[in-house]
Amino acid sequence: MRRVAIGLLATLVLCAVVVAAMRTSASAGTKTAKATNITIWVGWSAAELKAFKGVVAEYDKNHPEVTVKVVGGINDDKITAAIRSGNVPDVVSSFTSANVGNYCKSGAWIDLKPFLTKDKIDVGMFPKTSQYYTQYNGKRCALPLLADVYGFYYNKKMFKAAGLKGPPKTMSQLTAYAKKLTKRNSDGSIKVAGYNPFLGFYSGNAPDLTVYAPLFGAKWIDSGGKSILSKDPAWAKLLRWQKSLIDWYGYTKLQKFNAGAADEFSASHAFEIGKLAMMIDGEWRVAFISREHPSLDYGTAPAPVDDSRPGLYGAGYVNGTIIGIPKGVKHKDQAWSLVKYLTTNSHALAVFSNGVRNVPTTKASLTSPDIKPDAHFKTFLQIFANPNSTTSPITAAGNAYGTLIQAFTVKWQAGHAGDLQKGLQKLDKQIDAQLKQAQAGGVP
Amino acid sequence: MERRRAKRKAAWRRRRLVLLLMAPWLIGFGTFFGYPLVMSVYLSFTHYDLLSSPKWIGTANYRYLFTQDPQIGSAVRNTIWIIVVMVPLQVVFALGIAMMLARARRGVGILRTIFYLPALAPPVAATLAFVYILNPATGPVNIILKHLGIDGPLWFQSPSWSKPSLVILGLWGVGNIMIIFLAAILDVPRHLYESAELDGAGPLQRFRWVTLPTISPVILFSVVIGVIAGLQYFTQAYVAANVASGQASQAGDQTVNNLGYPEASTLFYPVLLYQHGFRYFNMGYASAMSVMLLAVAFVVTVLIIRNSRRWVHYVGAAK
Repeated sequence: MRRVAIGLLATLVLCAVVVAAMRTSASAGTKTAKATNITIWVGWSAAELKAFKGVVAEYDKNHPEVTVKVVGGINDDKITAAIRSGNVPDVVSSFTSANVGNYCKSGAWIDLKPFLTKDKIDVGMFPKTSQYYTQYNGKRCALPLLADVYGFYYNKKMFKAAGLKGPPKTMSQLTAYAKKLTKRNSDGSIKVAGYNPFLGFYSGNAPDLTVYAPLFGAKWIDSGGKSILSKDPAWAKLLRWQKSLIDWYGYTKLQKFNAGAADEFSASHAFEIGKLAMMIDGEWRVAFISREHPSLDYGTAPAPVDDSRPGLYGAGYVNGTIIGIPKGVKHKDQAWSLVKYLTTNSHALAVFSNGVRNVPTTKASLTSPDIKPDAHFKTFLQIFANPNSTTSPITAAGNAYGTLIQAFTVKWQAGHAGDLQKGLQKLDKQIDAQLKQAQAGGVP
Repeated sequence: MERRRAKRKAAWRRRRLVLLLMAPWLIGFGTFFGYPLVMSVYLSFTHYDLLSSPKWIGTANYRYLFTQDPQIGSAVRNTIWIIVVMVPLQVVFALGIAMMLARARRGVGILRTIFYLPALAPPVAATLAFVYILNPATGPVNIILKHLGIDGPLWFQSPSWSKPSLVILGLWGVGNIMIIFLAAILDVPRHLYESAELDGAGPLQRFRWVTLPTISPVILFSVVIGVIAGLQYFTQAYVAANVASGQASQAGDQTVNNLGYPEASTLFYPVLLYQHGFRYFNMGYASAMSVMLLAVAFVVTVLIIRNSRRWVHYVGAAK
């Protein structure tokens, strides 16, 4: 899913899309005299946008009463601006599921419950994580439209050379394998990193710890909604494990390695060119590798988990695209009909999943015969269906809490954070205060 | 009685004309400055998520700002750092180049163009280029340093070097101030130098007692502008953090937050303000932050201008 790095490119693509959209809408006008024009905004661009347009075209063909116009390259700033101005498209979608709290709470995306009830759709058709990141406090203003699932990638050729058999299943195995697979230059700098645990290095090491949380079974908040990073010992365990591996490499050496590694979404990605033996990454990498380095001998598996909690093996971090209907929409029923098709129709989900190699988001579509079989990709379908897989907590402040966590973790890995437990306690207090401020604007 | 009324009428007519002539400015100023200013002050007392209508919460935003926001401390410290270090350096650097250019005899046009050119580079492009050439592993600067036997710093990757790297970027693009200094230096009346020379003043003394006092209003101007720009320092920090962190991910995904990278060392006050207002739907709080920024900018400017009376000389001023 993640790709285009530079805003410039995105702008170009957007321009192209707008021009293309203008052309198609001009020619589609001949469809039926009464066809209603509806517009859908999505974040995808380039090849992914093309795949999405293919899915929509199929819908368009079977629904003579509407003509759908797809606009790509949209981000949340544009969605918010449109809703504020009242000049909204009929359907909107966002990559930032963390913002769902705000969209639902404010009513900026309308409540979908009446539509779901009317059409007798049970949200139980979506896996639990996807149900969670498409609502806020029980108010459902969005549905999931494909998901990103994080799993483990390892270089089979390097494993063979090092005499390693299967992928690691525990964190201590991961550490041992990482040390075995790492190669250094004569000056001590890192030539090949076995596993790079540096927070901020590629998406698999998100500094807000979202990707690692399910692997340690770490819980964000208690039942009262209070932050429990200092109370759930899993967090300290996670951070200590991560820091010990950082220290083995040398913090500065890893920094240099990272600075020299190519952009995550370029064809010179460190794993793809053999500078990284193992990593945690999203399912989209499968498509990247088959496109950019089809001869790479690699395997996928669930990511290793905390040694003391082997039952978690098979789980992973899930994050997805959300889709909804903005308030002030002109063609509510037509908009709903399109949303329903895109999010619940197994065939549509499977076709789109094949196109962009993201994970389809209904239980039925996970096993749909329309999904192109691929052993590498299958791992991610299984992780997605795993009941222990988790996503980020949805709050009223988007992912603001993540920024506070990140501020702490990057200091921690650099060795500038001092006492871990005290730091986590302070962090809990900061997050609680921030959430309170964001919710009611009140100060405790 | 009659006369007074006629007089008042005439005065009102005159005022009406003045108002009419000023109308374009008044409307523009009111719409684009007055209204947003008043709204910011109002919003700073509300909880406003951009999507639902603002809710009055009194001084809660200000209390959070002064007593609880865990990020505000480093944001303020970083902003003070950039003002205290970058503004004086920029002034000295720009003045130095302007002095050299003023003395150049041949190729004046070309030299001026070359030194002014960086100021034309868009800040985003310039920052991208600097992050590239200062890349600790693959950037040309560190490669050259390595050949010289020096282990180069981590530049934008290191919390202690990221701000100095931004200062280097700032000095490179100093052309705008430089060109104003150059104009001021060329404007210094020749006869002042001649009489100073007759009095036996050397080059340093001429600079100290003729050039500096004459161009002091321009120095004041550039200091004030520099300080205000420092308070609003945003674009370069935003781009550098995103690019250097290597996670400038796909256009639409705003989940990953690299602002302030590395270790909040480039988290300047406006960057934090942006984060709250546009990433976390917390526009009420962002407004409170901007009101404080305005207040600080105002106070600092007043202080500089008051203090300047001691060292700024206006040629031809009736003093």
